[in-house]
Amino acid sequence: MKKIYILWLRQVKKYIRSKSRMAGSLFQPLLYLIAMGYGLGSVFQRAGQGNYVDFLVPGIVGMNIIFTSMFAGMEVIWDRQFGFLKETLVAPMSRFNIMLGRTIGSATIATGQGLIVMLLSFFVGFRMPNIWMIIPAIIVMILISLLFTSVSTMIGSMLRDMQGFQAVMNFLIMPLFLLSGALYPLNGLPSFLTAVTIVDPLSYGIDAMRGLLIGSSHFGVGLDLVVLTALTVIFLWLGGHFFKKVQI
Amino acid sequence: MITVQNLSKKFGEFTAVDGISFDVKDGEIFAFLGPNGAGKSTTIKILTTLLQPTGGDVRINGHDPVHHPSEVRRSFGIVFQDPSLDDDLTALENMELHGVLYDVPDDVRKRRIPELLKLVDLHERKDDLVKEFSGGMRRRLEIARGFLHHPKIIFLDEPTLGLDPQTRNHMWTYLKELNKNEGTTIFFTTHYMEEADRAAERIAVIDHGKIIAIGRSEDLKKQTNTASLEDAFLALTGKTIREEGGGGLDHMRQMRTLWRGGRR
Repeated sequence: MKKIYILWLRQVKKYIRSKSRMAGSLFQPLLYLIAMGYGLGSVFQRAGQGNYVDFLVPGIVGMNIIFTSMFAGMEVIWDRQFGFLKETLVAPMSRFNIMLGRTIGSATIATGQGLIVMLLSFFVGFRMPNIWMIIPAIIVMILISLLFTSVSTMIGSMLRDMQGFQAVMNFLIMPLFLLSGALYPLNGLPSFLTAVTIVDPLSYGIDAMRGLLIGSSHFGVGLDLVVLTALTVIFLWLGGHFFKKVQI
Repeated sequence: MITVQNLSKKFGEFTAVDGISFDVKDGEIFAFLGPNGAGKSTTIKILTTLLQPTGGDVRINGHDPVHHPSEVRRSFGIVFQDPSLDDDLTALENMELHGVLYDVPDDVRKRRIPELLKLVDLHERKDDLVKEFSGGMRRRLEIARGFLHHPKIIFLDEPTLGLDPQTRNHMWTYLKELNKNEGTTIFFTTHYMEEADRAAERIAVIDHGKIIAIGRSEDLKKQTNTASLEDAFLALTGKTIREEGGGGLDHMRQMRTLWRGGRR
């Protein structure tokens, strides 16, 4: 337990020490919120869908979490290149626990970022009917964070260089985000797009947050939570599996 | 303590380690010498569970690194050839992290960390981030960290590379004490022949992935009819300069990783 904790602490300390990373990762979601929230707000309203900023916030929180989660895999590659990974790999602790400590650390950061974005969005005009719903929403954020940091750790364990990881980012993360219903409602989509959104795990995360925060969900919060939890368990296991195979 | 039988490691077509066998006794100080790219670091990586062998049998403290890596990892400590510190943490945090990961009890950690940081003359800089350290300071910190827990075996892969004579002297004094008081087995590689001559009880010379000589320093000198270990080493391995490991071999490993979809 203590070993997992110290690896968690390492991730969090590193994050807090890098102010530029913190500032940089908050700028993008705010830009999205302002540009899209205000820019498309009137169109959305006229289509009878209500307030677009309210609709968009869970999507942007999800976007920020999935982008931040991707650092987990980059850090595996970094640690491998700068040598620190070796130090942990020869330590007398199971590889799964090493992976777990790292993943929980990165997931904590991702959740924290998501939460900050949500709080900042109140300044952009975000309103929720029941403020207490923020607590279950945080649980959803934790699930999304764990899920995508595991995915990211898995990919990071398989690759050796940053260029490869950049390609994965472009071919995986952008589609996951854009096809998740983060920016638009999931009903009334062309059928092929509907099919894609159903297999996108992020759809369920954002849908659950939307259900909890503004009371409108497409799949139903119950189903969302089941899918998210199941996928999180599977990918934690897969992340551990691939991390175990890392050789230096 | 260490038994290696017919160990081999191939990277694609390239054979890095070619059927080597040797034993290191409990409490022995053993030097593993060879020119660049001879297979020293690959062997150490296999012994320390970082790399899977292609063939052969290895026992570390009675355990097999392939099938029982956890037991093996509990038996040894290592000072790596290349950097393995976290640059974004302070010297003290790097030590603490290592201590926790290696089950060093709190009270021992509190006592030993300042002691070791003083040994390598870094105590005043303990709260500085490692990224502000010079190459020599990092090296010293790696060594101090490697000595934080007292395992049965210590692997040192070119530990004294870039160290000043003072630190080198401190390091060997400490290692010899550890060897004497706790019976720690020490397995090290070096390019400094006089270091191997002075410290090691037995020496193995590896070249092109094969062990070409093994024995006490005197044996090697006698065998080659030379006066110094340096001359014996040159007589055994020839005088041509080798390609550094960072070249062909690493490149091939990288290519192979790409071909196999990075499943290494």
